[in-house]
Amino acid sequence: MIGIWTLFKKEILRFWKVSFQTVAAPVITALLYLLIFSHVLESHVQVYPGISYTAFLIPGLMMMSLLQNSFANSSSSLIQAKVMGNIVFLLLTPLAYWEIFLAFLAAAIIRGLVVGLSVWLVALCYVTLPVAHPFMMLAFAILGGGMLGALGIIAGIWAEKFDQMAAFQNFIIMPLSFLSGVFYSIHSLPPFWQKVSHLNPFFYMIDGFRYGFFGIGDIDPVISLSVVAVSFLLLSGVTLQLLKSGYKLRG
Amino acid sequence: MTPAIQIEQVHKSFGALQALKGVDLTIEQGEFFALLGPNGAGKSTLINLLSGLLRPSSGRLSVMGHDVVGAYRVARQLLGVVPQELVFDPFFSVREMLRFQAGYFGLGRENDAWIDEVIESLGLTDKAHTNMRRLSGGMKRRALIAQALAHKPPVLVLDEPTAGVDVELRQMLWAFIQRLNREGHTIILTTHYLEEAEALCTRVAMLKQGEIVALDSTENLLNRVPGKKLRLKLAPAQLPPSLTAMLRGQEGDTVTLALGAASQVEFVFAELRAAAIRVEDMQLIEADLEDVFMEIVRA
Repeated sequence: MIGIWTLFKKEILRFWKVSFQTVAAPVITALLYLLIFSHVLESHVQVYPGISYTAFLIPGLMMMSLLQNSFANSSSSLIQAKVMGNIVFLLLTPLAYWEIFLAFLAAAIIRGLVVGLSVWLVALCYVTLPVAHPFMMLAFAILGGGMLGALGIIAGIWAEKFDQMAAFQNFIIMPLSFLSGVFYSIHSLPPFWQKVSHLNPFFYMIDGFRYGFFGIGDIDPVISLSVVAVSFLLLSGVTLQLLKSGYKLRG
Repeated sequence: MTPAIQIEQVHKSFGALQALKGVDLTIEQGEFFALLGPNGAGKSTLINLLSGLLRPSSGRLSVMGHDVVGAYRVARQLLGVVPQELVFDPFFSVREMLRFQAGYFGLGRENDAWIDEVIESLGLTDKAHTNMRRLSGGMKRRALIAQALAHKPPVLVLDEPTAGVDVELRQMLWAFIQRLNREGHTIILTTHYLEEAEALCTRVAMLKQGEIVALDSTENLLNRVPGKKLRLKLAPAQLPPSLTAMLRGQEGDTVTLALGAASQVEFVFAELRAAAIRVEDMQLIEADLEDVFMEIVRA
């Protein structure tokens, strides 16, 4: 247990030592979205009855920041270690592939939660959110962070250069998170795009997470939770398989 | 006694390239062993197979009797590896890094005293709290060695530990590694500095194109190259025909002759005198590992 705990602690310290960049910066970004969108749309849009647009927006921004940062934690740690070459210090140890997976995953979830929570704390200056189903909210936060943490490990294993990682982030993570209903309800979309949105796992994470606050969402939260849980398990399975096979890590 | 390292019929291919072609090698506990060979001979491949960074295409490798694939946890626990490249984690200080490294091997606070000892022995005390990024090349090299020792492994593998290291640090490192060897650690090193291998190692394996071409004690290998060499400055700079078979090199008026035995000196001088060639300077040179190496690699 000391091995896995040490790796977890190191992964936490790694982002904490540069928290200005890893926590403060994403919070500022989320805050900017909040200021701009709520300023422009507050008086024009009401997605759910009795819930202001600003209030609607905040859980979406929290979840989006959480997901992006969970991904960033595991992916950046791996790609840096690979490019710098210090990944050998990990590969030379007796740590099993599943121990490496668990430590990276847990640290990614923690980073996501820290960022998500920080966004919430800052947003408290604007709106106080109700919390209808705290456990539901937490379940989506942890499973979402876990899913992106696993995806980050996959990206970190696959990418060999920083630009490949940037491509993964810009062409997969960003579109999926922006087109997931952070800024709108998918019911406001034309039917075709509603169907497309249903194929995006990020949609279920955002919608379910928002349900945790308001007790209301675009679809049944049990469906969302099932989709997110199954996606998380599938991605974890793939990640474990990659780590076990030594793909791009051990020749 | 279980050998420190046992390598049996190990093959490793990268696509069409056969990096190792059936290597067999046993290294006993407590040995100071050198792995020599030209670039691309397969030295690093062999080390990476031992440490689990690579997997063998076929064959078996074990550390203190534990298979590096099947029982990798125990095998890695017993092995410390100093990589060739100066790699480091830019986020942490030397002491933090060493504690993490020991932690990966399951060691906790109880190991801190050993880490402090390693830091001190390698002259890193002043830099213990310095970020790895801020260390000079020499200091990074020391930190790398410290990292390999963090979990107190009985077998230590050093891949070109003195590449690009100044003389003072090199001597300090060797003194430290010799001390480890005296304390019972098995040391395996690859080096390009043959004089280092000659001075330090009791046994040497030479690799060439993925095969072991020589494996013997340093002494026996040195005896393999017949006799000594005689370097002569001649006037006029020409050899009588009776001596040309012994010629090994010529630079200007200086010739180098290979002697089968020391007694041949007399014969050389007699021939020179008979041909009225004057000897202006002379030097008798012992064969060294470099000669053996050249002889074997050229073969």
